[in-house]
Parts: sequence; structure tokens; C-alpha cells
Amino acid sequence: MNAEVRPIRTAAEQALAADYQSAKKRLPGGPAFARLREQALAAFVEGGLPHRRIEEWKYTDLRTLLREAAPLADPPDKATFARAKKFDPLPGVDVRRVTLINGSFVGELSDLVQPEAGLTILPLSRALAEGHALASRIGRLLPPYYDATLALNTAFVADGIVIGLAAGSKLARPIHVRHLFTGAAAAAAYARTLVVVGEGAIATVIESFEGPDGVAYQANTTAEMQLGDKAWLEYVRVQAEGDAAIHLATVLADIGAQAKLHTCSLTVGAAVSRQSVFLRCTGAGSETRLSGATLLRRKQHADTTLYVDHMTQGCSSREMFKSALDDESRGVFQGKIVVRPGAQKTDAKMMSAALLLGDAAEADNKPELEIYADDVVCGHGATAGALDENLLFYLRARGIPRKEAEALLIRAFIGEAMEAVPHEALREALLARAADWLAAREHAA
Amino acid sequence: MNLLEIKNLHADVGGKEILQGLDLTVKAGEVHAIMGPNGSGKSTLSYVLAGKPGYEVTQGSVRYEGKDLLELAPDERAAKGIFLAFQYPLEIPGVATMTFLRTALNAQKKRRGEAELSTPEFLRLVREKAGGLGIDQDMLKRAVNVGFSGGEKKRNEILQMALLEPKLCVLDETDSGLDIDALKIVAEGVNKLRSKERAIIVITHYQRLLNHIVPDIVHVMAKGKIVRSGGPELAQELEACGYAALETEAA
Repeated sequence: MNAEVRPIRTAAEQALAADYQSAKKRLPGGPAFARLREQALAAFVEGGLPHRRIEEWKYTDLRTLLREAAPLADPPDKATFARAKKFDPLPGVDVRRVTLINGSFVGELSDLVQPEAGLTILPLSRALAEGHALASRIGRLLPPYYDATLALNTAFVADGIVIGLAAGSKLARPIHVRHLFTGAAAAAAYARTLVVVGEGAIATVIESFEGPDGVAYQANTTAEMQLGDKAWLEYVRVQAEGDAAIHLATVLADIGAQAKLHTCSLTVGAAVSRQSVFLRCTGAGSETRLSGATLLRRKQHADTTLYVDHMTQGCSSREMFKSALDDESRGVFQGKIVVRPGAQKTDAKMMSAALLLGDAAEADNKPELEIYADDVVCGHGATAGALDENLLFYLRARGIPRKEAEALLIRAFIGEAMEAVPHEALREALLARAADWLAAREHAA
Repeated sequence: MNLLEIKNLHADVGGKEILQGLDLTVKAGEVHAIMGPNGSGKSTLSYVLAGKPGYEVTQGSVRYEGKDLLELAPDERAAKGIFLAFQYPLEIPGVATMTFLRTALNAQKKRRGEAELSTPEFLRLVREKAGGLGIDQDMLKRAVNVGFSGGEKKRNEILQMALLEPKLCVLDETDSGLDIDALKIVAEGVNKLRSKERAIIVITHYQRLLNHIVPDIVHVMAKGKIVRSGGPELAQELEACGYAALETEAA
């Protein structure tokens, strides 16, 4: 190797590399996966944690934000199961629920029985240990550039969920992968979800992330989604981590010909969060719709960074991201659409809008188009602004108190990002979580 | 007792004095019309009464039911029975008209310490009030005023008024942008609300509306104050002679 090797600089970087050396013997997977881990770690040793001079991480300086590498989280104890059992982050939605606590699959809190025809669902640890056919699909999708959080996930991940849908099959109810963190001390949890949707198969997969307030835990999650031709996946994620947590998520998807991928994310939690989304339209004529609502208060920081790669012709993509930023919070949106030379008839539109509710709130919007084809329709828009005082007055002139009037307008603003979720109960549950945030804001005043 | 008593009211908008010593007394049961040329301060008066931010009272007093009105927030004024029908009703994307109506009605009830309406009670009430104004279910499901025609917006204002049952209604150029049929529907809606307990102030540029909502008293505004008051015949006189004659008179 004659590549220039950048020396590891920070304590956190050194600790992570050392943690890997002591943990690697306990991590599941055969020789092939062990090689993936080694490669990922080597990339991390070389690349380190990203900082503000790395363009993709300009607004989220992870090297500064991740000062200490928390020790790997212990598997959960049984005492926490009872509490976790009662806890339902999306009430009223009929789902097949699987639970991960501190990154470990918890069979007692997971429903894997009687999967419908065509559905394969099992813990990732088991898939790796048994060398399940689906395990070989893990780690296939890679971002266009080195990504530290994904590298760390690949190196450290011990468990997660593997979901496979055979061609032509249809999930009877959504699968809800519930990620919980429990414990009073800072710790790091890594989890990965693999979703392989066969040709023409239809599924809804939900992931939620929650944990206690006041604990500086670090949750690193990766979702890998592989959509066959004509597959249709609805993917919803709810990030409601505890208020001191760092949440680092990577979402990767390959979208086959005429397939549909619709995603919606709701971000309300964590002190610092980042979701990196890397999509590749690999087959012609696919339809991608990404939407997200981010609701932040106090000093919360949330970063959504998208990379949508139109590799072939006739694919459409729509991105609609809304954020409501209260107090001193900061919302970051970076969206890049790449249209490759052969990707004619691409139809891509990206929109991000931020509502600045707090005087010290900040929105950073960075849309980018990189187009190498000449017969395409591409556009982007970005807005940032305060609530319309004239609208507030209109509502107040009808007797609606100021905070309530604000809540109505904020809900209308962010609601647009959740409207497209076709599953009605799920959409209502998402709106209800947003309403909880608004209610807390109303009562805080 | 006077429902509304305005004395020597001066108000600034953006540092410019628009109201320059306005006096007006309104009793429950009365319908007043305020006429006047563009820029005479008619709309400013309506906004000052509703409490719009940026409309700063520099002198004088406004008493409503015997109490100082100016110290109240806009939503408190609404809950106490003041309703302003906007000249240009605003569009609120993403907020369904039903949600808006219900939130407003229940917010007012809550503030007054009354029980909120149940869903069936509310739906029945809206249906009853909307029918007479030619507002159908489809309109109620749509976002507030979004994609509404000028006439629909004004009818929606009257629906809100009918639903909220205010004590003092201020109609700011409700006739603007209405064709004659829409005007009749709106006027009929307003006339239904005339009662002994309620006062209505109709602000208009033209006499036309006053053929349908016949006022008890007509005032003429010019340069930020009321310069003449009289009976309904005053409106006809203005229609015949125009405001120009009046402005020279006032000067």
C-alpha cells in the first residue's frame, strides 16, 4: 500500500480502533464477513472521523462532536424487557414488531412466528453465524465516497434484522424494527437492517429509535435496502432518541427497474443526529420519493444528507424535507442529485424548507445537481423563514391563542412531508408524534 | 351601556399617523356603516379594533363593554366577542377549514370557561350555518381559503362569524370583489345575525352593500377621523355627490 496514511489523531479515533481489536473475536460472521470488517476498519484507520473540512460533513463536524468513543454497549438485561414491552412508539399501527435493545436482537420482544408466504425474517447475528443466504447480501451497497459512520457500523455491528421478500410476495402488515437503548451510562450500539425485496414484491418497513434522556449514548445504525425490478418498498423511520444521544444513521438502497421506493423520516430526538442516505437508481423507470420532517428544540442538531444517483434512464426522484427549528437548534440539509451520462429522461426534483421558530435557530441548506445527461428535467428549491405574522394574526383574530396558532401552522408546514405515507394508521401515528412535539412546545411557553 | 366607545383615537402604522382623533360610539343592536375614500383610515380602524400587531395607538381610548380594549391580545378580544371579517381573507395551506373552525370555536369557548363542543355537535352546527351560505362539505374539507374564489372567501368569513356568534362584528369591505349574487348571499348572512344583543360595523367604499344591509347610522371618514354622521340617507347623498365634495368640506 502506497496510499498516504493519515495518522490517527483523536482519542476517540484511537479508542475505536482499539475497541475493534478487542471486540473482533466476539463479533459474528464467517471469513467473508470478517474480511469486510477488516476492510472497513482499515478504511476508518485511514480516513478517521470526518470534520468540517470534509465537504459532506461541513455542517456536522463529527470529529469535534464525538470527543469520546463510548464503550460497546452490553447486551440488555431481562429487567429492561418488561419496561420495553409496554412501550409502543407507534400506537394504533398493526405491525409485526421486532425489537433490538442496545443493538442486540431480543427474541422475547420480537414476533417472528408464522411469517407470511415469501417472507424470511431473522436476526442478523444468526444470519451471519449460520451463513444464511441473505447474509451474503450484507455490505454489498457502498456509498460513492468513504463514510466513517458506515465503516464503523460494518466493523462493529453484531446484530440487527435481516428481512427478505421473495419475488411477487406481499407483506400482510408492516414490519416494525424497534431500536431501543437502555442503560444509564454512555455506550455505543451498532445495528444493521437488511431488506431485500424481490421482483414485484411489496413491503412496508418501519424503524424507530428511542432511548433515555440525559444519557450520552451513541447509536450507529445502517439500513441496506435492495429492491428488485418492480418491487415496492415503503420505508419509514422515526428517530426519537434521548436528548443527549448521538444518532448516526446510514441508509443505502439500490432500486431496480420500475421499482418504487418511498421513504419518510421523522426526526425529533438526539442531541446530534445525522442520516446519510445513498440511493442508486440502477434499473430504468424507477420511482423514488423521499420525504422527511425534522423537529428540533434547544441545542439539537440534525443533519440529513442525501446522495441520489441516477445511473440509468427514465427514473424519477422527489425529495421533500421540512424542518421546524426552535430555540438554538440547527437543521442541516444537503442533497445531491447525480445524473449520469446515460440517464436520459431523468425527472428529479428536490425541495427543502426550514421554518425558523427560535431567534437563534439555524438552517443550512445545500442542494446540488450534477448532471451529465442532456435530456432531463431536474430542479431544486430551498427556503428558510419564520412563521407568517399575517397568518398568525388571522388565526388569533378568530380566538386562537398565539402558541396554538403557531402549532396549527407548524403542523401544516411539516405535515406535507408525511402526507405521502399511504398506510393511514402509520401516517396518523407519525402525525401524532409530531403533535406531541408541538404540544410540548405549547406547554413550555 | 355602550358596547363600543372610541374617543380621540390616534394610531400609527409604520411611523405614519393614520387615525387622527376618531370618535365613535356603538350600542348593542345597532348597525353602523363607515364610508369614506381610499386612504381615509377605514381598514386601519378595523385592524386597531382587532389588535393587529404594528398598528400602534398613540392617543385616545377604546372601551368595549366598559373596559379598556387596547390592553387585550387579539385572541382575547375575539373570545370577548369581537370579530373582524377581513377584506382579504388569508389562505392557510395545510389547515383544513373544518379544523380551523373547530379550533377557533373551542379556543373561544375554553377561554370563556364554557364546555367545548363534541364532534357531532360541532358538525351539526357547521352544517346548519354553512347551508344558508351555500358552502358545501367539499369547501369545508379544503384548506382554509386555498383555491377559493373571492366570493367563497367572503362567504367563509361570514360562516366564521355565524359560528363564533360575536357581539361586535366589523366587516371590512366585505363587498369588495363580489358580484351581485354573491353580495346578496353575504348580505343575507349578515342580516340573519342582526339582533338586539349584537352590533355590526360595516366598512365600505360603496353604497351598494348598504342597499342590502341597511344601517341605522352612517358615518363618513376622511383623513383619519369621522367627519359626518347621519341616517341611511347620508349614504345616498355620498353616492350622488361623491367623496370629493365632502373632502373639501372637511378641509
